[in-house]
Amino acid sequence: MKILVCISHVPDTTSKINFTDGDTKFDTNGVQFVINPNDEFGLTRAMWFKEKQGASVDVVNVGGPETEPTLRKALAIGADTAIRVNTEATDGFAVAKQLANVVKNGGYDLVIAGRESIDYNGGMVPGMLAGLTSANFVNNCISLEVDGTSAKAVREIDGGKETVSTTLPLVIGGQKGLVEESDLRIPNMRGIMMARKKPLNVVEPVDASAETASVKFEKPAPKGAVTLVDADNVGELVNLLHNEAKVI
Amino acid sequence: MSVLVYTESEQGKFKKVAFEVASYAKAVADQMGTTVTAVTINADDTSALGNYGVDKVLKVNDASLDKFNANAYASIIKQATEKEDAKVVIVSSSADSKYLAPLLAVDLNAGFASNVVEAPSSTSPFTVKRTAFTNKAFNMTTINSDVKLVAVSKNAFGLKENTASAAAEDFSASIPEIKVQVDAVDKVTGQVTIADAEVVVSGGRGLKGPENWGMIEELADVLGAATACSKPVSDLGWRPHSEHVGQTGKPVASNLYIAVGISGAIQHLAGINASKVKVVINTDPEAPFFKAADYGIVGDAFEVVPKLIEKLKEFKAQQ
Ligand SMILES: Cc1cc2nc3c(=O)[nH]c(=O)nc-3n(C[C@H](O)[C@H](O)[C@H](O)COP(=O)(O)OP(=O)(O)OC[C@H]3O[C@@H](n4cnc5c(N)ncnc54)[C@H](O)[C@@H]3O)c2cc1C
Ligand SMILES: Nc1ncnc2c1ncn2[C@@H]1O[C@H](COP(=O)(O)O)[C@@H](O)[C@H]1O
Repeated sequence: MKILVCISHVPDTTSKINFTDGDTKFDTNGVQFVINPNDEFGLTRAMWFKEKQGASVDVVNVGGPETEPTLRKALAIGADTAIRVNTEATDGFAVAKQLANVVKNGGYDLVIAGRESIDYNGGMVPGMLAGLTSANFVNNCISLEVDGTSAKAVREIDGGKETVSTTLPLVIGGQKGLVEESDLRIPNMRGIMMARKKPLNVVEPVDASAETASVKFEKPAPKGAVTLVDADNVGELVNLLHNEAKVI
Repeated sequence: MSVLVYTESEQGKFKKVAFEVASYAKAVADQMGTTVTAVTINADDTSALGNYGVDKVLKVNDASLDKFNANAYASIIKQATEKEDAKVVIVSSSADSKYLAPLLAVDLNAGFASNVVEAPSSTSPFTVKRTAFTNKAFNMTTINSDVKLVAVSKNAFGLKENTASAAAEDFSASIPEIKVQVDAVDKVTGQVTIADAEVVVSGGRGLKGPENWGMIEELADVLGAATACSKPVSDLGWRPHSEHVGQTGKPVASNLYIAVGISGAIQHLAGINASKVKVVINTDPEAPFFKAADYGIVGDAFEVVPKLIEKLKEFKAQQ
């Protein structure tokens, strides 16, 4: 089985979000970038398929040279080869078109992406990639087993979960649950050394237009100070929620 | 040229988000000087859509669609879009709509904006405001393709009443081969889900252990709320993973969010910031949650929550 794990390179979850250039660009100053958490779960599941079922695992990112440390980290965790499509990730559709080209050229059976990236939260790349490559698609995937060309997956739905069966080629939008958090791997010294020798192939983009454009960013309006209610006067909270906030 | 909206139902009845997206579609249609057409799949009575401004309903009824299938549903919405020659298509942010929307975008070759929180600020160029960086910011986005797809965030636009006729007609769409089979659905019934809830009561590590969740459940019960928890609480196995909310868990966009014994870490707040009113109960006045909350009580949850339950019961009795 040939697996491709899509890796988006995102600001660490604790990052303070600021903008520059008249609020048109994300300010990367002092921001640490990591593998998107949803992709980290997917990569770990891919390593399981590699170790238990002899799968090969490639990782891919659509982005500039600044994303290479993130791809190296994925190699250190155990991926075989990394691919970087050398173009700025403008919108989800354009990224999906680039990834579709990588999938077609590489003949992958299984593509593991994340339910959403924690930067732009598009939640669109995996589904679009499935659509563009005519692969089956399972979103919000919290469990995945593959046997030959058949797959069984569990997906989270509003208020519960659903078990589905399908066949390869398959794209999933994965998330926490795909593996236990305690199974996530921190690259060790040996992994880091080996990663230096593994191929990181830079490929040039295909022609792919973006259908949307970011105009500018805004920060939420500053919130007023909290109204404190005395612990001995809990009835006042009920009163405020009813009369002032009008939520009960 | 009407605006097309997919209004979701479950077991024949509309979900609340169906009326919210219909309200949104009406606002867009007014801006563009056109009408709203809804497409429904296995909904029974569609007349209620008129109350939210829907002029026409394309009803698809087929037993093979009883179980949700993203490809099939996307294909039907695409066929409805083409029939109506719609240039703007609106869906919700339910798990099912988030699943089908990217497939629909590819089918329609449409630019797609997700997590949209307001009516378009302009329809030419088509410009919408969406959340980004897990609610830490907003992004103004233009959609430049001929057909435009918008997924509206839950509880962001609200319900807007309107009167229209919602004239229904049967629509026979062709249904593609189903390639992802649903084998089993495991859904808690009779309990409010985090996705649908108006009120969410959430507990953190400050509650010390799973044995103390009785009062959280009781508080939720009095308020008709869903229960949720912080990440460590689900990691420790005190509560199921499905209750984990935050940046890496489920998003919450309720009217009221009550956090008990939760410190208010940035990753937690990111996922719940879209809630309208936030209440925190915490012993530590320095807990970061107090900066994010609208109302707060500095106090011990084990004393405050039982009192709050009692006061809420009195309040309910008076209503
Ligand atoms: C990559 C990453 C992703 C993450 N994603 C998420 C996420 O999605 N969601 C999430 O929640 N967290 C997430 N976290 C974890 C987050 O950083 C915090 O660790 C977590 O939210 C803290 O949970 P807590 O508030 O329940 O516990 P604590 O931080 O331990 O806080 C407990 C609070 O309870 C208060 N308390 C103690 N006793 C009482 C009492 N008797 N009565 C009232 N209050 C009391 C304390 O004062 C304290 O403020 C993530 C972390 C990382 C690194
Ligand atoms: N620039 C990118 N390069 C590679 N994969 C990506 C990129 N952007 C998004 N993805 C994948 O698509 C998933 C969902 O991203 P998004 O649609 O942006 O929310 C991520 O978790 C990644 O797996």
